[in-house]
Amino acid sequence: MRVSLFATCLVDTLTPSVAHATASLLQRLGHEVVVPRGQACCGQMHVNTGYRREAVSIVANHVRAFEGAEAIVAPSGSCVASIHHQQAAVARRAGDEGLARAAEELAGRTYELSQLLVDVLGVTDVGAYYPHRVTYHPTCHSLRLLQVGDRPYQLLRAVRGLELVELPGAEQCCGFGGTFAVKNADTSTAMLTDKMANVLSTHAEVCTAGDASCLMHIGGGLSRLRAGTRTVHLAEILASTEEAVTPQQSTKPAVTA
Amino acid sequence: MTATVPPKAPTFLGLPTAPRGVGHLRGDQSFPDAARGALRDGQLRANLGHATSTIRGKRARVVAELPDWAQLREAGRALKAATMARLDDHLEELERQVTARGGVVHWARDANEANEIVTRLVLATGASEVVKVKSMATQEIGLNEALEAAGLDVFETDLAELIVQLGDDQPSHILVPAIHKNRAEIREIFARTIPGVDPGLTDDPRKLAMAARTHLRERFLRARVAVSGANFAVAETGTLTVVESEGNGRMCLTLPETLITVMGIEKVVPTWRDLEVFLQLLPRSSTGERMNPYTSTWAGVTPGDGPQEFHLVLLDNGRTAVLADEVGREALHCIRCSACLNVCPVYERAGGHSYGSVYPGPIGAILSPQLTGVEDNASLPYASSLCGACYDVCPVAIDIPSILVHLRAEHVEAQQRPTAEGVAFKALARAMSNPRLWHLAQRAGKLGRLLSRGRPTLPNALPPPVSAWTRSRDLPTPPRETFVEQWTREHRGGRS
Repeated sequence: MRVSLFATCLVDTLTPSVAHATASLLQRLGHEVVVPRGQACCGQMHVNTGYRREAVSIVANHVRAFEGAEAIVAPSGSCVASIHHQQAAVARRAGDEGLARAAEELAGRTYELSQLLVDVLGVTDVGAYYPHRVTYHPTCHSLRLLQVGDRPYQLLRAVRGLELVELPGAEQCCGFGGTFAVKNADTSTAMLTDKMANVLSTHAEVCTAGDASCLMHIGGGLSRLRAGTRTVHLAEILASTEEAVTPQQSTKPAVTA
Repeated sequence: MTATVPPKAPTFLGLPTAPRGVGHLRGDQSFPDAARGALRDGQLRANLGHATSTIRGKRARVVAELPDWAQLREAGRALKAATMARLDDHLEELERQVTARGGVVHWARDANEANEIVTRLVLATGASEVVKVKSMATQEIGLNEALEAAGLDVFETDLAELIVQLGDDQPSHILVPAIHKNRAEIREIFARTIPGVDPGLTDDPRKLAMAARTHLRERFLRARVAVSGANFAVAETGTLTVVESEGNGRMCLTLPETLITVMGIEKVVPTWRDLEVFLQLLPRSSTGERMNPYTSTWAGVTPGDGPQEFHLVLLDNGRTAVLADEVGREALHCIRCSACLNVCPVYERAGGHSYGSVYPGPIGAILSPQLTGVEDNASLPYASSLCGACYDVCPVAIDIPSILVHLRAEHVEAQQRPTAEGVAFKALARAMSNPRLWHLAQRAGKLGRLLSRGRPTLPNALPPPVSAWTRSRDLPTPPRETFVEQWTREHRGGRS
């Protein structure tokens, strides 16, 4: 299958290793990966902060960039949720019915990574090897808006060498919430503190998730604590094999030297 | 927020919102400022964490028992939507039926009118005190303060509401107004404020309840006027309903000569049968019980039995303005179960008082700004991480996250002068709409590499708003090359 990769603005700019891992995983599974150069952002941050008018042209750019794609994947549940639940609505509200329909049509072919792997590509064992103790944080938008269910667990359980440990209070928000983390920094920090305590209680070496933004938040806190537990994106774990452990994977990511 | 300029013409077709200076819908501080104190209060966070997780577990257990919960929830949502679409007809029918059964209906545009009506009615009876059933509507309009200003004594009879009243405090939860207090704190309030209380009072829950009971029993027996709210009102029969757990409501509704009910206009349901759905949804969602211990219903007056005078005050106070907003109107579907408060990670940490309104938590974050006009409660729509837990548990499926986002946009679009945030978001939107500009912007963002001097994370001493992040979290240093740049370089000439 030819899969177009939407890296998302955050991963593209701050944690490119996550996008590289997504691409190499899909290629290893025998699929062709396309990265449209015109891509930028899904518009979620604008919509969620109240700038829905400004988001319309961002949506238009996204639709233009991915026009004609066979299937689209993003290593971020919240961006995929925005594509599914927000893009058409902001276009429609702005009176652009054509864009709204195009966005809807594109959303029908856009998948979160675990959904693409399990539902579309029909694979749970991706042949990965990752000899670490790992706990999984489900992330709110993947869990509630996209209902990814146990797909990430199915994928992680099939990874050789990986010891999966349950995260207490897994379904509680980590406190990121886009600009919430800045506008309500103290409440966000209080939520993060409890999330980190739960992560540390598992004695996992790695906390993983399907959202780079939540991981940046949790990882940013853990890094400050110097707790020893790192955050690694689900794509990076699935991309790791005995022959090639994905090079950049940690809280301190992405310095492509 | 930056609300120094009065908003443009209101979006709500010019319908009046709740007036300023009366009632409890507005706080003195923005949410982030009010939350700061609560977040430092370890005792408060422990009380809240314990109470909400207990009630969360109970709710989840009893909801899971019902195989048709999803259908019930959908029935509740559909009934509410249909009722709101013809609210005027249902209210007129309610008025006709209440009047036909010997009650008197009063229409109050706002808090001031409602307070005036109730005060006049109480004074006309010659009574000097009233007993009250716990009621959100009367808390909303500040009725106790208005009655006290008229020289009347007001006694709350719900245990938690009594604790709040005696402690000279404000409620912090819809269902459990004193959720922020623990047993030791309650014992201290009772020992200090209840006349003639047992000097050896301990913090044993039963002892505390008995002390309150002795105190209240005397008030019930001498009360001539009672004020209640209503959980539901049935239009076709003119029936009012109060559901409760302690029996204090039953006392107030049956013992006094005069009963005055203050009810938000959204509480009406068309038919008696509709109660079947809501009386299943409400107790399981709120207290985690299969059924609430007391369900009282009454219609008008019955000679020789119960109150001989019944008044129903129908309160707008901004509700028609909410109804006029096609997205936000769903907030009026709320049956005040408080399930959304109990699952909200923001409420659990910041506490109810941080919302500055009698309606805290996720539902308060959408209801209060709509009742007052969004500029008067501009920080509330942002008091959520949009995690969606509230939508999951809402028994009438109010899409709270979408309404929060909608209200944020209403606030942003009401700004008449550009804000720093607005300028930044507009510039970012321009870049994100144009690949060439976006790549330039990303390159500029990589200036962060200079600040980091080769370290994997950026330094803490960065200007706002980044500093709000780096106070407690490390930000990764941007890489030398973005993913798309590197991919394009490596696959030049290829398909990309």
